[in-house]
Amino acid sequence: MELIGSIVTLTGSIVLLLGALGIVRMPDVYNRMQAGTKATTLGTILFLIGISLGHAECGCFGKIAILIVFVLATNPVSSNALARAAHSAGIKLTERSVKDDLKSDNEKGEAI
Amino acid sequence: MKKTKSAFIGVVILFAVWVMLTDFSPQEMIFGGATALLIVFLFHSRLSVLGDVKLNPRSLVYMVMYLFVFMWELLKSNIDVALRVISPRLPINPGIVKVKTRLKSPLGRAFLANSITLTPGTLTVEMKDEYFYIHWIDVTSENIEGATESIVSNFEKYLEIIFG
Repeated sequence: MELIGSIVTLTGSIVLLLGALGIVRMPDVYNRMQAGTKATTLGTILFLIGISLGHAECGCFGKIAILIVFVLATNPVSSNALARAAHSAGIKLTERSVKDDLKSDNEKGEAI
Repeated sequence: MKKTKSAFIGVVILFAVWVMLTDFSPQEMIFGGATALLIVFLFHSRLSVLGDVKLNPRSLVYMVMYLFVFMWELLKSNIDVALRVISPRLPINPGIVKVKTRLKSPLGRAFLANSITLTPGTLTVEMKDEYFYIHWIDVTSENIEGATESIVSNFEKYLEIIFG
């Protein structure tokens, strides 16, 4: 059981490592946020599951479940708030971007 | 009716959290139940947003299915982003697209926006009425209909039944 827990925890840390690599490699704020949000969510969840499996004697599955729900509910909200703030502060998308509907709608006076 | 339902859901959620935090002794259960009832009684005017959830057998089944679909998408999205990150050319084709949702309830829309953020290559930037502005890491379709089809529809069919 402890072995399975360790493997799951290790997988979680690999996911987090890839997320960190993504933050370094991506060209602009929005793409970095993409890599950051998804990797931290799954990485944290795997980490927590691994810990609850490896220390099964503490009987903390319920607490871990609450933590997972909390991470799932709050992580996307925070990245959404960051992306929204970045866009309204006028941070540009990378030159490789194809289109920006939000900006063109703002210029037409349709969006906020 | 809607108020009773939102109060009921509030009590169930609070009680479930309490049970998960403590052990299963009767003392703890009674105290937790009483506290949950008291909190819902004091704050019932703020809980009306929970009344959007539909409580019938079909929506409960869809809730469980939605959980699995969501987990699968989260896994897929991580693999997708990880592959993009480690490939030397960095194959991205990003842009912000506009999509339209059929969901009416605010709670349903919040769930949809969160789910979109955690699925392959998409990140909700802004919400305005029924339109979402989504940063897409690999834009494959530039018009509203095509983007809606490939980003939103998969979740919408579950959330529509859960939240209406």
